[in-house]
Order: sequence, then C-alpha cells, then structure tokens
Amino acid sequence: MTQPAPTFPDGIFRPDPRPASAARMVLAAASTELRIQLRNGEQLLLAVVIPLGVLLGLTLTTVIDLDEPRIDTVTPGVLTLAVLSSAFTAQAIATGFDRRYGVLKRLAATGMSRSLLIAGKCGSVLAVACGQVLLIGVVAAILGWHPAGSWPFAIPLLLLGVIAMVGLALLIGGTLRAEAVLALANLIWLVLVGIGGVIVPLSSAPGWLRTVGGLTPVGALSDGLHAALNSDVVPSARVWLVLIVWTLAAWAATVRWFKWQ
Amino acid sequence: MTPTAATPDAATAIDVSGLTRRYGAITAVDGLSFTVPRGQVVTVLGPNGAGKTTTLETLEGFAAPDAGSVRVLGLDPWRQSGALRPKIGVMLQAGGAHLSARAGEALSLVARCSANPLDTGWLLEVLGLGEVVGVPVRRLSGGQVQRLSLAMALVGRPELLILDEPTAGMDPQVRHLVWDLIRAARRDGMTVLLTTHLLDEAELLSDRILIIDHGRLLADGSPAELVAGSAPELTFAARPGLDLIELAGLLPADVTTAEPSPGHYRLTGQGISPDVLATVTAFCARNGVMPQRMHTGARSLDEVYLQLTGSQVRS
Repeated sequence: MTQPAPTFPDGIFRPDPRPASAARMVLAAASTELRIQLRNGEQLLLAVVIPLGVLLGLTLTTVIDLDEPRIDTVTPGVLTLAVLSSAFTAQAIATGFDRRYGVLKRLAATGMSRSLLIAGKCGSVLAVACGQVLLIGVVAAILGWHPAGSWPFAIPLLLLGVIAMVGLALLIGGTLRAEAVLALANLIWLVLVGIGGVIVPLSSAPGWLRTVGGLTPVGALSDGLHAALNSDVVPSARVWLVLIVWTLAAWAATVRWFKWQ
Repeated sequence: MTPTAATPDAATAIDVSGLTRRYGAITAVDGLSFTVPRGQVVTVLGPNGAGKTTTLETLEGFAAPDAGSVRVLGLDPWRQSGALRPKIGVMLQAGGAHLSARAGEALSLVARCSANPLDTGWLLEVLGLGEVVGVPVRRLSGGQVQRLSLAMALVGRPELLILDEPTAGMDPQVRHLVWDLIRAARRDGMTVLLTTHLLDEAELLSDRILIIDHGRLLADGSPAELVAGSAPELTFAARPGLDLIELAGLLPADVTTAEPSPGHYRLTGQGISPDVLATVTAFCARNGVMPQRMHTGARSLDEVYLQLTGSQVRS
C-alpha cells in the first residue's frame, strides 16, 4: 500500500537563510510597488488622466489666455504637474498607508534596510515618471509641440524635481498618520498647482506670485522647464539652486525622522 | 569554557537577560530573563497587555531595550538588525501585506528578498491559499491573511521563527495544519518562539512554556513541569447539590471535596486512588445520578495559568 505524500516532506524546512543581493531586493520592491501603482485607478487618474486632460484642455480651448503656440506654453507645466502628482502626492499617500498597514515593517523584518526600501520607492517613482514624460511628450508632439534648442536641460531638471518631490513625499508619508498624510498631500498638491506655474507660466504671473511660486520646488521646476523647452537659454542658477536646496532639506529631514510604523 | 558575548553560545538561539522596556509611564516589560535553546519550540503565554508583543519586538530589533540585554542567534537585534533579520522569519500581529497586492505578489516580494526561498507556489498551496493567489490582500478573510503572514515568515528558510499569535482567527482544521507545520519546522531544525492565548495549543506544541504577566516571568518549564507538583484531583459533573458531607465521610481523610460551581465537583488530595474512584461512582449510583466527564490527574495547565495570572478579565 502506498502512503499519501506527507504534507511537509522531511527536510523541507531545513534552515538556509541567505539574503538576496541588495540589487535584487531593490528590484523586487520597485517592481512590486510599480505593479500595484499601475493597477490603482486613483493613482492612474492623478498620474496620467489629469495631466493629459490639462494638456488637451489648455491646448484645444482658448478659455485661458496663453502665449502662442499654446502647446509649447502648456507642455512644461503639464510635465511639472505629472511629476508633482506621482512623485509627491501619490508617493506620500502610498508611504503613509504602507506604514499604517505594516508593509514597511514587514519588509524591514525580511531584512530590507531603510536605504534599500527607499531606493526601491525611488526606482518605482522614476519608472512612473519616465512613462509619464514619454506619454505626455508623444501626445504633445501629436498636438504640434516643438521643444526648443536647450531641451536636454529638461532631463536633469526633471530628475532633480522627482528626487526633491520624492524626498518631500517620504518626509510627510514617513512621519505623519495616514489620514493626515492623505489630507496634507492633497492640500499641498492643490496649493502648488495654484502657485507653481503649472497652468499659467510664472513668467506671466504678478510679481509677488513669481517670487513666492519660484521658491517652491514646483515653481522652480516649471520655470526651468519653460526655459529649457521654449528657448535656447540655460535654465537660471536660481532654478537649480531652489531645487537643490529643497532636495537636500527634504532628504536630510527624511533620513532624520522617517519612521517604519 | 563559558561562552562570552563575543563567541555566542551555539546552542542558544535567544538569550534575554533583565529586559526592561517602557512606554512613557508604563513598564511593558519589567526585568524579563529567559533563554530559548536552538531547535526547541517555546511558547510565551500571557493575558492581553502582559508584554508578549513588546518582548518579541525587542527580539526582532524593532524596539530597543531600556535596560537589560538581548541576544538573538548571537547578535544584538537593535544594533545588528541588518545581519540578524535575514536569519529570522517573523510573523507580525498585523499581517503587513500591501492591501492592494495580490496574495501571490505579496509572498513573492518577501521571497525575492531571499537568495534561496521556498517555492512560493507550493507554500501557498499547502497553506490552502492556492485558490486566492490572484486575490488582493484586502479581500482575503482574517484567517487567510494569517496564513499568508505565516508563509511570509517561512519563505526565507529562517533559522528562527518568531510567530505572534499564529493561529488567531483560524478555524480548527487550519489550526491543526499550522500545528503540523510548526512540528515539521522543529523536526527540520528550526527554532520557534510563538505567543498564543490558547492553552491547548501551548501544551500540544511546546518544549517549553513561559508564562508572563505585567512584563514579568511567572513560570518557565515544560508543560509537564508546569502542571507537576500539585496534588492529584478527581473532577466530574452531575446534578447540583449532591450531599458532599456524606461523600466526604466515605473517603480518606486527606481528600477534600468541593462543588466550585453548581453541578461541578472537585476532589483533591494525595489519597486519590482507584478505591476513591470506585467509592465516588458507587455514591453516584446510590443517588441515582450519572457522573459526566469524569477526569483524574494533576491540575491542568489552564488552572496553573489562571492561578498565576489571576482570573479577572482584562481589556
């Protein structure tokens, strides 16, 4: 008579704990987070639908008075909006709820250090940002967008903008309660959309708004992108400085105060 | 030769000495000391708020001791968490899986942190999660989340499993499966430290049981040791109000009789013998009652536990 196979064969649980390489762990964290984000309807709305809606709306209607060609005026702001939405708002909320549900603690218990975890989050945000820029770029090109001669500066600007905004997202998402993160991240999104030159470039805004808005990471990014994509001049030192200061401040505070749970 | 801190004792998985952990004015763990030898299953029993989870958190490196020392697999969990955590498998009380992740994805993520993980498909199948691999964690039942959490603890083939209430919310069949799993883990050389509220679970699984309350160790021993040392007893149930004075007159002088609650009778004393059993059944026969659930032996773990931790209900 044959015995049924045992549920737990001899030796199946023999200990052999070996951590995967740091690179594999980062890849695992980033790809899982990316898949979850891409399946999430609200995140897609925030990251893709709203920016594309703004791009089409501002280009195809003339309700708001903008410099011609409208598509060239609109695209830098829409790219900024996309980065703000995914790298800041979506990531802050995701991190807040990850902490609430013990996701970060679970990964820490597995042996993933804080730096690997954050690297994973940055990886997934950068992947999302690349997708957004590509999609917006293609749609804008179809609408007749012609980036100007200094457009290569847009790449380091976008990269710096993403890193600054992820730093701010992790600072808020990693220190406050999930509900507070949800409220604050949306509020900040709204305020920065209002004063960050996202809809109407700061260059055509009143003086005080130009100054205040230009000091926010969103204002600096939109200013810099307007310069890079619509002219042949190098984005000003002020733009780079504002982005670098926000990046350093946000990341220093994140390293200091980020909590697993 | 006595082992020193620098050369960890290879036979000891966990060594806790004088551990104290405070939250503001509350002392959650108060001078706790115990060791867990490698290869054993040790259960921590205690009421809600006894300090069980706090103790586990210091072992996992999620909380620093305010006083005392903790060594896990020869490492300091707080300062050497990076080296320790890959060697231990942790089941957290609050699952820890991303609610939007599918069950299979959540386990794969943990598995991918290990260089030689268990087969995730097999593990899910064997834990009865094969049907819900593609279901988001937020739609799993409480018992399914518990099993997923157990799978996450196991998947990296750890040396030490730390399970916080592993069978909470599980139905009886699944609970038996988890017991089999813990026995198989022990057989294959894992050390297991778990907490539970279930005394039968502790008694069935453990090489040793630690009973803690108010952050202090109240008892430490094998299930047999914990219930030993007490007088034998005979308990049975019958209709309330049997004449105990008459019954006591028939029994040896050192056997005391009591009816602790209506219809439940308890006889205690070194004189409990087969003769006493015969006397009691004859007494019942004369009174025309059928004794139910007759039990002889030492006191149960249940009684030891309630005696040590008190019987009032905690929040």
